[in-house]
Amino acid sequence: MSTPPVQETSPTFVGMPAFPKAAHEALANTQQRANLHNATHTIRAKRASVVAEVPEWEALRVAGADAKDEALHHLGDYLEQLEESLTANGAVVHWARDADEANRIVVDIARSKEVDEVVKVKSMATQEIELNEALEEAGISAWETDLAELIVQLFGDRPSHILVPAIHRNRTEIRDVFLRQMGEFGRPAPADLTDDPARLAEAARLHLREKFLRARVAVSGANFAIADTGTLVVVESEGNGRMCLTLPETLISVVGIEKVLPTWDDLAPMLQLLPRSSTGERMNPYTTMWSGVHEGDGPQEVHVILLDNGRSHVLADALGRQALRCIRCSACLNVCPVYERTGGHAYGSVYPGPIGAVLNPQLRGTASEIDQSLPYASSLCGACFDACPVRINIPELLVELRGTVAEQGGHRAESAAMKAAAWVLSDPRRLAVAQKGATTAGRLLGKRTITKVPGLGAWTDARNVPSPPTETFRQWWARERGETSGTQEEEQR
Amino acid sequence: MSARDDILARVRSATSDITTEPRLLARVASSAADEPSLGGGQTGNESGGEQGTLELFVENVADYRATVLRTREPDVAATVVSALRSAGLRSVVLPSGLDGSWCEALGEAFEVVPESEAHSPQALDVIDAVVTGCALGIAATGTIVLDHSGDQGRRELTLVPDTHLCVIRADQVVPDVPEAVARLGAAPHRGQPLTWISGPSATSDIELQRVEGVHGPRTLVVVLVGPD
Repeated sequence: MSTPPVQETSPTFVGMPAFPKAAHEALANTQQRANLHNATHTIRAKRASVVAEVPEWEALRVAGADAKDEALHHLGDYLEQLEESLTANGAVVHWARDADEANRIVVDIARSKEVDEVVKVKSMATQEIELNEALEEAGISAWETDLAELIVQLFGDRPSHILVPAIHRNRTEIRDVFLRQMGEFGRPAPADLTDDPARLAEAARLHLREKFLRARVAVSGANFAIADTGTLVVVESEGNGRMCLTLPETLISVVGIEKVLPTWDDLAPMLQLLPRSSTGERMNPYTTMWSGVHEGDGPQEVHVILLDNGRSHVLADALGRQALRCIRCSACLNVCPVYERTGGHAYGSVYPGPIGAVLNPQLRGTASEIDQSLPYASSLCGACFDACPVRINIPELLVELRGTVAEQGGHRAESAAMKAAAWVLSDPRRLAVAQKGATTAGRLLGKRTITKVPGLGAWTDARNVPSPPTETFRQWWARERGETSGTQEEEQR
Repeated sequence: MSARDDILARVRSATSDITTEPRLLARVASSAADEPSLGGGQTGNESGGEQGTLELFVENVADYRATVLRTREPDVAATVVSALRSAGLRSVVLPSGLDGSWCEALGEAFEVVPESEAHSPQALDVIDAVVTGCALGIAATGTIVLDHSGDQGRRELTLVPDTHLCVIRADQVVPDVPEAVARLGAAPHRGQPLTWISGPSATSDIELQRVEGVHGPRTLVVVLVGPD
């Protein structure tokens, strides 16, 4: 059988410019940069302090990675087991090859319930498939109930961070949009609303409560799906998740096939790794675990949609499949020097930051401009790997993906430069000549900084070229330790 | 081909390079408790013993800005009544399996709604508080876990009213998450849902400023009973 198909780029992101162009625009937004700096540094510090409380953190990371690898390596077996346990617990299991198929299943279920609205728990999978847009088209309103997602929805905006999607907005903007928009969709914000976050949260509570109490259908994702017990797990903070997972009659959960954990016991490392890595808390305020239908308690009709949408394509790559371990904690975003400055929108996907830079080109392939540029949206500093609770070696994957892009003819100037470098470096004589040229240039330039190099326009737009040294290592060695004959010989050539 | 068969075929072909066997799909609760625990760092289960675990539990629950009250077995009902009364609450919903003596004491002080009469979210929305037991507590994280047995009631009981008072016995507090996961393993097999609660509901979505209380109960009171 051939390699499984990639994910089709969702309508929102079709034709996204390459990362450098989008990033350039984002960098000009000083308010956003200030917000992002504050957010990433605050969460980073909180994470560091709660991670430091756990002396066996590294062993936990290994256990977390092992549990996910076990599930991924035998995904066929565990998916079948999950389906069996879910069905035994009274859930209805659906399978969706791609976004369209998943959206159609959700729309059909909602239509069969004759509802014109659903309440939603924040879920990356449903953002990925653009479910809200599909529901809208079918005449069904999808209410986001996470506070940040509500803010984003009221703005008609896109999320910019996995964990705190409205981090690019400040409190005054949020008050204004609450006053302007809430009344359009339900209970209006109180007229005397201030920009105090507590007042804003209260306004959201009142606005959404009427929706929670009347909603008949809810849509969620899942953080984990446990194969041996048929249990889905949602971790959250606000209680909007509990509302959606508990009050409506019908619950539809869209779950990526990589969310499977083999056994109940695998939750032990995960529930220690996720909250500390994500919000920097010992534990998130609320975690709900449900196993199908519970008689007399919660939704009495439970649907689970197992979604591929490019995941099996990622799985087929022996090195790249580690990206499917991702538990969407966003720790890599918060430590990334690139993300910290550009924010999430430039990544052209619902998955921004370092994990997005490796996940998107794998899920969607490297045919588009944005996906070709994403592996380069990194300084390869390695902070993301250190922060990742399931040890995804993001820098390694970035380098691998750069290779893929280069081989298919992307970044031509770079491949030409690399070819030239290979020619020079493969022969000591050529190298000596090149170095002599460089040191001569270095002596001529002195301490001046090079800000433009003809032919390297794009590259030097964003960087200065280091001035060439006035002396090579070989020359220095010959001068300092001149008695070593081999070096002298080299030098005499 | 159905979507199911198609996806399973894709997945199996994608992993055809894997030569290891799947891990033994052992059923839960047998081995986990014997294995060395990952995550015991600050639990004090070795150095401090049970007392250390309880102290840590109290400290971590309070750290989430929940209220922690300590009492002894004979005084539970009085503690619960006084906590709710001092908060100025008037009505309380009680799970059907809650301790009869507590129900009696609460019935004298408040307007009590039994679980069986709180039929809908709308009915629960006008009730001030709920009083429950719990399945266990976790010291390392300051968490209480509900398995929604008789003394805890349906999930919506502990979700819609704005104050949740949860009573936990000292012997229900475990040191860490792995111990909790091991002990709770039977619940999903029995088809029970679980709710893990660490402090009142919270958000940091607006400029990362933490606000306690969004949709879940904005006030959480944990009453720790014993050890006697």
